[in-house]
Amino acid sequence: MEVLREGKGELLGWHDPDEARKWVLENKSRELKDKTISAKEAVSRFVRDGDFIASGGFGHIRVSMSIIYEIIRQRKRQLSMAGKTAVHDLDLLVGSGCVDKVEVAYSFGHELRGLSPASRRIVESGQCRVVAETSNAGYQWRWLAAMMGIPFIPSRNLLGTDTGDYSSCKVVTDPFSGKPINLIPASYPDVAFIHVHRCDSYGNAQIDGILVEDFELSRCARRLIITTEEIVDNELIRREPWKTNIPFFIVDAVVEVPFGSHPAEMPGMYYYDEEQIAEWLRISKTPEGTNEYLQKYVFSVDNFKDYLELCGGMKRLNYLKRREFLKEPMIAPWREVK
Amino acid sequence: MLMERKYNLKEFIAFIAAGVLEDKKSVFVGTGFPIISSMLAQRTHAPDLLIIFEAGGLGPQIPELPVSVGESRTFHKAIAASSMHDVMSLAQAGYVDFGFLGAAQMDTYGNINTTVIGNYSLPKVRLPGSGGANDVGSFAQRLIITITNQTKRTFVNRLDFLTTPGYLNGPGSRERAGIPEGTGPYRVITQLGVYGFDEDTKRLKLISLHPGVSIADVKESSSFEIIIPDKVGTSPEPSDEYLRILREEIDPAGILLGK
Repeated sequence: MEVLREGKGELLGWHDPDEARKWVLENKSRELKDKTISAKEAVSRFVRDGDFIASGGFGHIRVSMSIIYEIIRQRKRQLSMAGKTAVHDLDLLVGSGCVDKVEVAYSFGHELRGLSPASRRIVESGQCRVVAETSNAGYQWRWLAAMMGIPFIPSRNLLGTDTGDYSSCKVVTDPFSGKPINLIPASYPDVAFIHVHRCDSYGNAQIDGILVEDFELSRCARRLIITTEEIVDNELIRREPWKTNIPFFIVDAVVEVPFGSHPAEMPGMYYYDEEQIAEWLRISKTPEGTNEYLQKYVFSVDNFKDYLELCGGMKRLNYLKRREFLKEPMIAPWREVK
Repeated sequence: MLMERKYNLKEFIAFIAAGVLEDKKSVFVGTGFPIISSMLAQRTHAPDLLIIFEAGGLGPQIPELPVSVGESRTFHKAIAASSMHDVMSLAQAGYVDFGFLGAAQMDTYGNINTTVIGNYSLPKVRLPGSGGANDVGSFAQRLIITITNQTKRTFVNRLDFLTTPGYLNGPGSRERAGIPEGTGPYRVITQLGVYGFDEDTKRLKLISLHPGVSIADVKESSSFEIIIPDKVGTSPEPSDEYLRILREEIDPAGILLGK
């Protein structure tokens, strides 16, 4: 097949489909067994220096923050990260020196809150490299190809643009329509972490609200860490099996972390902590401030519970619950930061 | 330039952009202004506007300004809380009438840059990148673009990076690249006026000037030549009711529209 145009981006996370199958056969157990461990253990067992990592949810929504903090605490290095609308998670991981390579769909920004001072500073200085560009659908379909066990997905986006030329895609002539078609290569992250509403000890997980990319991401990641607001009985999962978004046999670890998305939102439970996010955006304008924040909220605490206490404890969390249900007015403390 | 009136520039842009949206059509909404205008349209002339968010929110009734296109407000009282694969597939298959994006830099063909300012490998400013913009720009039948500060630096001859496709190099070039037929930029709204695209050349063409703005203002605020037709309209002004909805219901904290 003639290649009409070829993106010059680095091909992150690609494996030959037979190699990928072989890895699954050798490494993923179908045994129904208890997988509950601590965040500390999950990160030390499943995240290695140099890995290609991906974080679930979307931007500041349903993010596995306990795993992000633990990666920083364990000083993992030379990680590559999927910038698939990666916002606070990526900003912290780049700011702390854990991630130095990104494939970008959306990164270094906080949507309405403005650009990310820490990761922007680091990427503009060249300490963190953007190795490929793509779009949100582009990333989404990299996971889709991988979860289907096929080498690529044809698509009609990214064509004719610099985004496509800096991606890892190839454009060919579609043998059916005769028109140019973009081929998006499969991508298998070494490890993904996804925060869910509830999950049993085996890893059968339910997500309320939008799934974003997590249906596909959970199925294509080699190692999958689930963090959950609560661990529920297997009986509850079996009572309503149509609610299972992630089945146990693709899950490697289950970590119970109530309020585990803070300061990001958990749909239907608690809203963003705008004060906390504003503090980060304010203080991360300098390298010293970035270190000060990490020292206070990550290195000086041992676990997520102590971190939550530091952020205002139940009083703050109850406020965020009321905010989620529109019972408190909107605030935007980061407006002054911009 | 627009004189000080009973509304500010941002409110005006939000109002004008809302007017482009039509009832009983679908719109794929990007972050920022597009959300405000879609909310305004839904609360006024387009109650059955089907709002679609990339992360999976389908047909919400948005209760307050979402800070992110993926938060729970984007599927509040929605008809479905779906997924990105679902939404992007629907868009690629032709279910999206309007795409709606903000931009940092645009050229005469409506191509957009949201990736870098300056040199790609050593950028002056690294912007967030495409996000869903390239997808919206490729798949939506009619793309609406808002640029709140039209200047020679935002209306450029050559983009620093072509993130999202407009008409690329002119007539037929989208189709030649393999992008779905008949799609492309439709309207551009800035603080100075409303623009469309010339049918023959696919270059930017003035449709109407905002009150108090002259053709000279428009020309001075662009690096490329804008097509000025013989007849140029004047953009309508918002009624008190539109302004009330913007200020009291949609953005009471003045996050995007200011106080």
